Order: sequence, then structure tokens, then C-alpha cells
Amino acid sequence: MGGSQSGRVHVFQDLADKTGFSIEQVRNLHDRFMYLTKDEDTLRREHFDSISYLAFNPIRREIIDAFFDKRNLGQNEVGCLQEIEFEEFLTILAFFRPLKPHATEEEIENIRRAKLRFLFNMHDTDNDGIITLDEYRLVVEKLLFSYETIDSENAKAISDAAMLEVASVTMGQMDPDEFYEGITFEHFLQILKGLEIETKMHIRFLDTTTVQCLKKE
Amino acid sequence: MPSSTYLCLLRVFLVCFVNHLIQGISADANQCQSSRHRLEPNLTGLPIVTFEWHHVQTPYLVVVWVFVAGLAKLSVIEINHHVTSVIPESGMLIILGFILGGIVWGADKAQTFRLQPPTFFYYLLPQIILDASYFMPNKLFFSNLGAILIYAIIGTCWNAAAVGLSLWGCYEAGAMGDLDIGLLQFLLFGSLIAAVDPVAVIAVFEEVHVNEVLFILVFGESLLNDGVTVVLYNVFDAFVSLGGPRIDAAEIFKGIFSFFVVAFGGSFLGIVFAILLSLLTRCTKNIQIIEAGFVFVVGYLSYLTADMLSLSAILSITFCGICCQKYVNANMDEKSVTTVRHAIKVLANGSETIIFLFLGITAIDSVIWVWNTGFILLTLLFVFIYRIIGVFFLTWTLNKFRLVPIEVIDQVVMSYGGLRGAVAYGLAAMLDENKIKEKNLMISTTLIVVYFTVILQGITMKPLVQWLKVKRAAHTDLKLVEKLNNRAFDHILAAVEDICGRIGDNWWTRNWNRFEEKYISWLLMKPKARKSKDYLFSIFHKLNLEDAMNYVSEGERQGSLAFVRSDEAANIDFKKQFGSEFADAMPDIMVDMSNYEFGIENITSIVKDSVPSVSLDIHEQDMKNLVDDFNAHHLLQQHLYRSRKHHRHKYSRSHFSINQSEDEVQEIFQRTMRSRLESFKSAKMGVNPAKTLTKHHKKEQTHKMSNGHPDGTGYPNGDEDDNVFVGSETSSMSGYFTRDTYIVGAGIENPAFMPDMGTPMQSPPWLMEIEMDTSVAPSQRAQRHLPWTPTRLRRLAPMRISNCSTDSFLMADVSLTLDVHEEQPQRDNAEM
Repeated sequence: MGGSQSGRVHVFQDLADKTGFSIEQVRNLHDRFMYLTKDEDTLRREHFDSISYLAFNPIRREIIDAFFDKRNLGQNEVGCLQEIEFEEFLTILAFFRPLKPHATEEEIENIRRAKLRFLFNMHDTDNDGIITLDEYRLVVEKLLFSYETIDSENAKAISDAAMLEVASVTMGQMDPDEFYEGITFEHFLQILKGLEIETKMHIRFLDTTTVQCLKKE
Repeated sequence: MPSSTYLCLLRVFLVCFVNHLIQGISADANQCQSSRHRLEPNLTGLPIVTFEWHHVQTPYLVVVWVFVAGLAKLSVIEINHHVTSVIPESGMLIILGFILGGIVWGADKAQTFRLQPPTFFYYLLPQIILDASYFMPNKLFFSNLGAILIYAIIGTCWNAAAVGLSLWGCYEAGAMGDLDIGLLQFLLFGSLIAAVDPVAVIAVFEEVHVNEVLFILVFGESLLNDGVTVVLYNVFDAFVSLGGPRIDAAEIFKGIFSFFVVAFGGSFLGIVFAILLSLLTRCTKNIQIIEAGFVFVVGYLSYLTADMLSLSAILSITFCGICCQKYVNANMDEKSVTTVRHAIKVLANGSETIIFLFLGITAIDSVIWVWNTGFILLTLLFVFIYRIIGVFFLTWTLNKFRLVPIEVIDQVVMSYGGLRGAVAYGLAAMLDENKIKEKNLMISTTLIVVYFTVILQGITMKPLVQWLKVKRAAHTDLKLVEKLNNRAFDHILAAVEDICGRIGDNWWTRNWNRFEEKYISWLLMKPKARKSKDYLFSIFHKLNLEDAMNYVSEGERQGSLAFVRSDEAANIDFKKQFGSEFADAMPDIMVDMSNYEFGIENITSIVKDSVPSVSLDIHEQDMKNLVDDFNAHHLLQQHLYRSRKHHRHKYSRSHFSINQSEDEVQEIFQRTMRSRLESFKSAKMGVNPAKTLTKHHKKEQTHKMSNGHPDGTGYPNGDEDDNVFVGSETSSMSGYFTRDTYIVGAGIENPAFMPDMGTPMQSPPWLMEIEMDTSVAPSQRAQRHLPWTPTRLRRLAPMRISNCSTDSFLMADVSLTLDVHEEQPQRDNAEM
């Protein structure tokens, strides 16, 4: 018993080093992971369905997919996993880790890129490196549908206008027979230049060892 | 309407303003009156013209001062533009006030004009606070509310206590010589000098453009801590009246308790008034002409009511403005919203100018100046030092809990931005001379602190911000992509929090939003407004409008509305065919569009409500028309506009519109939508891979060539993809450039998007007739050589210009002339 406990601590320490979480955070997340999987070792899509609050999220499909997307897991592979282990779970969540207090410019830039890449992958469902209007519309429509006040026509119009904006920002002057294929990652970076992603895309992870968070479900 | 409202409000404002400002010269007025009495018996006949100065004296002086303040602002702005931009406006105004005060002093040998506290608190301050809160970026404010409250409450208390106690300590140590002043009075003074002043902060920080978090922290703090200071001031004032010995634990406890009652009671009252106001604007549909006034009246009422109940008036009006803005803006007519926006700015800027000017003028007065080097210098020092200590300590604590820590540089700017202003002066001037013997010393010290912070710190703020490389505000050009992404972030973060099983900030935000959506909006918003209030949609709408307005103004700049007219050929069957579908939209459009800025609502209503189905297939219809339907000529004439002279401006108290041809309005609208459509083309190409498109393009071209019309024009719709577009409909104007391709899925260069390129080339025979038609503007021919370049269409311009060298402006012009038209085939080819 004691041996397995200390072994687990060791594993956690490894994971903490790898992902940058603190060991308490890893432990908390592990508890959560086990809660979600109902004490199995792997997490599958249907496990996410048990999170009641997630049901209200208009883009939950995309978000859940991101957890199973091999591109986000640091492997240079494409495609989707059917189930993920705790380490992968952590890897995904590490995208939402706040910045370290004394990060260098370069580190910030890298983190920024990684975070934006994550976001980009979420849009680029077919993994061709381009967010086409099709793909973009799909997401936008979902985003807007949550409000039930905008019909799909308007949602389309909005996504189109957004796309047009991207085109005009990134391409500048276009020749008459040129057309905009879709948002590449470079363009994506370019248009979101003004966005302080490092302050936007992160949440607070539980540091303490309390487990009250699990009781809310 | 806006101007009349402004006048009304201004008048109310002035009349109220009058009584107090002029107290100083009431003696003068009495003299006048008595001399008149003496004169009257001597009158021997009916005077034709008499000089009735005393009748108008008070309002006259007020208006003159307001006028002078306006001129002062004007000159300050001019000086800042042309000579130097080193000194911030507020500082310049104070300096100008010195000069004006000097002039008055020179003339009267006494300062006859000064800023009276009641004038300041009742007639100058409310609109500034209302303006600040009404335009408060709510999301930013509430997401930083914790930090703001901590700075505002704890920071202010710390400042008050520390300054008061330190001064008292120094006094006891003998640094100030002989003063008749006790510990409580020092604390009272500390509390009035503690608060950062919103007016001064806005004035200085607005010019500096620091990043938005820093701005909201300083600004939010300055807004809320005014409430805190006033409360502290009242408590200590009461203590001073009670006298030291009679203060026991119970009294102190009551003081602390009253602090919370006053602060939260005031905020609560403001929220109540905000709800009232929102409910009120729900049902002002039929009196739109005065609904804008309600915002001011109810806002002011919340201020006065809170003051009456001795709650914090500033907090009351602050929360009234913050809470009502969303619902009020959604409920009211777009015109009224604009009116409110402008009027509130006029009032706030006016007040601000007057305040700073009079802060300067007040100083030129021998009566108030009492010099005590120790007291004044020590106050300056303590105010400065304790602000820095307070900010750094509180931030250090806050940073432990903040997701995004506040940087050291920001802290420096925050502490340096602790500007004191008119509120402190107003409070000092309200002190009771009988109880506080050293009132004048306090006033002069306050004034010196104000001058020191506003002028010196104001001047050095900009260099400091530059030198420290403080993160500046990002450009706030509204970009749809960014907003969309922001929304995506919100959802993603919330989802990840859910997955991690944590009730975090996003969880609260989201649940609040859901609650708000479900109940509060339901209660406070019109159903119609609810439907269309989505933020993203409104941005989209704004962008569209901006484009449309740019387009129209571009056309108008060139001389007339001919640019709309000239495109008649393309629009005509559009109208004819779909007139019925448009029927429901028409009444909306008919309303006044002459004022494009105010016509916003009309377009919106089409965009969001009526959802008319319009075929994109304009072009094909055109062709048919040309071939077999000369009815068009008839139609055209029917729909030709009268020239502009025929618009009669009617006078009406409650409506203000120009009876404009409805067709024209509709045409302008269609025209702009078409131009958007055109410019959109390239973006929609994104649908399909590049090669397909090029292929299509070529095909297109050949078709164009082969499809030559008898009169030498080509139609771009011979493509085999044609069937796709025939009958494809879009159901809203805004969506109308988007849907068709989606039906097929495979992106195609939609021939239906070519009409603007193709249309002019048709040069339908009737066009020539139009030119002879006298009902058309005779200048048309003269104008045809003007190159109509869309130089001012900044947003979509790059695409539009480049993508359609057949730019609509150009084509509109081109199509007017027969000779150009004959060159069209070549032109057409060249374009392709």
C-alpha cells in the first residue's frame, strides 16, 4: 500500500515536471479524472456527457474533440483518439495553464503560439492547415446559436463578414482573380496579434488539496 | 431633435446652476435694485428702451461664464494642437482659470466668482459621473470589481487614516507651529484629501491611453472612492461636531456601520433607479421624442434621492448608469440613444471644463489663502507617499489572487495617477468655519494639492508612461473576428473549468449571463430589442452600416445621388419582382434615411425582422428584361427620384423627418448591400480549393466572350453552375450574399455576383432616355467624368478596389455615358 502510494507520487512528480502543473494540481486533476472516468484508466467521449454543465455549452463538441485530437497531444500525427489517459488529459489542460510569473519574451511567444495553435486546430476540423469558410461558419453558427436570437442566416452573414475581414487584413490588395481560400495559421496569428491570449486563455487550477470541487456535480 | 434636447437640458442645467454660482455677487444685485428704486419716481414719460440688467443678471452671468468656459476649452484645445501637447487639458484650464481670475480680481479687487460647493455637487458633478458610468465598459469593470473595491475602500481608508495621523503626529512634534486643530480635524482633513478624483483622472488618463485594465482600475477606483470619501467625511464631520470626549465605542461602531449603510444603500438605490429607468424605456415607444430625457432625469433623481436619504449620491448615480446602460440602449430608439450619447457628452465635457476653470479662478483670492509651510508641504508629501505605499501593498495582496498579476510598472502609474480634484475642494469648502478654525488653511492646502497633482503630475504622466513603457491600450477598432474569438474563449474556458470540476470565475460569469438572459432581460427589455441585442450581431450591424454610410457619403461628396440613380438598370427588376416581399420592409425604410447616422434602426429592422427573400439572380432577370420586357422603362420612370429640392423640411415639435422619396431610400440601401456583396465575393471564394476556382474563372471569361449580346455586351452567367443560382434565395438582406453557395457546398464564383460588373455594360436603351428626362438631376452628364473612387472606404476598401476593378462607383459613373458604354466589351475583357 505504502509502496504504491509513493510510486504514485513519483508518477505525479513526473507529470508535474512534464506539464508544468504543481504536484497538488496534478493530484487534484487526477482525482477529477478518476471521477470522470468512474475509476477507469482511460477517458472516453461519453464520460464528458456526465458533466451536466457542459450540456449548455454551444461548442462542447469542438472542445471535447480537442481533447482527443492527436495534434494537440504533441505527436506529429493526425486524427482522433478514442480514449485518452491521464497524461493526455493533463497535456490538454496544460494549454490553459496561466503564465509563469517570470517568463521570458521568448517563452511567452511560444506559449502564445501553442495556445493559438490549439484554438486553430479547434476550428480546422479537417486538418488541412486552413480554416475554410465552411469550417469557420460551423463554429460561428454554434457560437451564435446559443443565444437563440440570431437565425442561421445572420450567423452565416456574420461569419462571412468576419472572414472578409481576415482577408482584407491579411491579404491587403488582392488581384481581381484572386480569392481567399481560408485562414492559414500565419494569418490566424496575424489577425489575433492584438489579442492578449496570454491573459485570456487560461483558468485557475486548484492548488490546495481540498476536494470540495468534486461535490458539486 | 438632438439639438433641441440639448438646448432644453442646457437650459434646465443653467437655471439650476444660476442660484448658487452667483451668490458672490448678490450684493451687487441689491445695489442695482435700490438704484432702480431711486430712479423710478423721476420718470416723466414712457421709456421706450430701458436697461433691465438686474432682470437677467443671474442667468446672464451664468451663460456668459458657460460661454467663456466653452471658449477656454476651445483655445486650450487649439493651443494643445498647435503649440504644445505637454500640459494636459485639465492643467491648461486651471492655468487659464488663474488668468481669468486675475482679470476679475484686477477689476473688482475681490474674487466675485468662485466655485460654490452646492453648485459643484448638484449641478456640475452629477452629469460627469453619469457620463462615466453610462459609458463604463461593463465587462471590464465587473471582472475587475474585486480589485477596484479593494483599492476604493481599503485604499481610501488607509490614505485618509495615514495622512490624518501622520499630519497630527507632525503637528504634535511641532512641525507646523501654532494651529488650532485637533486629531479629529486632521482625520477629517485626511478623509477629504484621500480620494482620487474621477474628473481629474479621466481628464488626464484619457490623453495617455494606458492599457484598459490599468485604466479601469484607476478609473473605477476614482469613481467608487468618491462615495467612500464622502462617507468618511460625513462620519468625521459628525465626530468633530460631537467633540472628542463624547466619542465612545458605540459611536465608532455606528460610524463604521453607517459607512456600509451609506455606501451599499447608495449603490442599491442606484440599481433600483436603473431598473425603473429600464422599465420606463420599455414603454416609451410612442414618445420617442422625449425618451432620451428620461435617462438624465432619472439619473439625476437617483443622485438627489440618495442625497436626500443621506446615502452616497455618487455611488447611486454611478450604479444607475452602469446598470441601466444595456437595457436602455436596447429599448430606446436608435435616435434617442444617439441623442443621449451626445447630450451626456456635451454636459459632462461642459461641466468638466467649468470645474477646472473655476478651480483656477477660485485661487485668485486673498481671502482664502493661509500659508503654513509645514502643513502644506507635509500634506503634499504624505499624500504622495501613502498613495504609493497603499497601492503597492494592496496590489501585492491582490496579486496573490489575481490570475493576471498587476505589473510593477502599472503599479507605479497607478500610484502616480492619484490625482486629487474638485471633489476634495468641494468638501473642503463645505467645512464649517465655526467648528473648524483652520478651514482656510485646509482649503488652501487642498487647492495646492489639486494644482500639484493635476498640473505637475498631469504633465509628467505622459513622459512617465512612455519612459516606463507601460502597456498602451490596443487599438479598439472593432473587429468581428476578434469578437468572435473572444466569445469562443469564453465558452472554451467555461468548458475547461467544467471539465476540471471547478467553480471558477467563468462559471460565475456564465451562470450570471444565463440568469440575466432568462429573467432580467425578460423583465427589462422590449421583446423586440431582446431579439436583436446580441453583441456580435450589433457589431456586424455596425460594420455594415459604417460601410453603407461611407458608401453613401462618398457618393454625396461627389455631388448628388446620381450614383444611386445610375444603377437603376440593375435594381429595377429586383424591385419589380420582389416588390411584394419587400412590402413589409418598406414602411421601415420609408422613415427618414436622409440622416444616415440616425437611420440606423431602419436598416436594422429589415436586417433582423422582415427577412425578405430576394433572389440573387439579379442579372439573369436583367437579361430577360432587356430582351422581352420594355415595361422596365415605364417602371424606371415611375421610380425615378425627384431631385433633392423637392424634399420639404416640415416643422414639427415631435417629429423630425424629411419627406423623402421612399424609393430613394430603398435604393440607397440596396445599393450599399450590393456593394458589400461585391466586396464579399473574394471571401466567399474561400469555400473551395484554388484550382477549381481558377478554372471557373476561365470558363467565366470565355462565356463572357461568347455570350455576346447584340449590343456588344457579355453576360457572365453562361456558366454551367448557373442552375445553382436560379431560384436560390436568401432570406435576409444581411445574409444575402452568403447563402447561395452554401446550398451547393461547392464554392463557385457565383455569376450572380457579377451584375455590378455586367450591368453597366448592358446599357439598356432606356438609360439614354433617362438622361433626357428632366426629372433627373440635370447635372448627371456633367458629373460623368468624375472618377468615383472610394477613397474613404477604409475597412473593406482594399478588397473592393482590388477585387473589383469594376468598382461599383466606377461603373455607376461609366454606365451613365453612352460613349463609355460602347467601349464596354473591351473593358470587360480587360477586367477579366
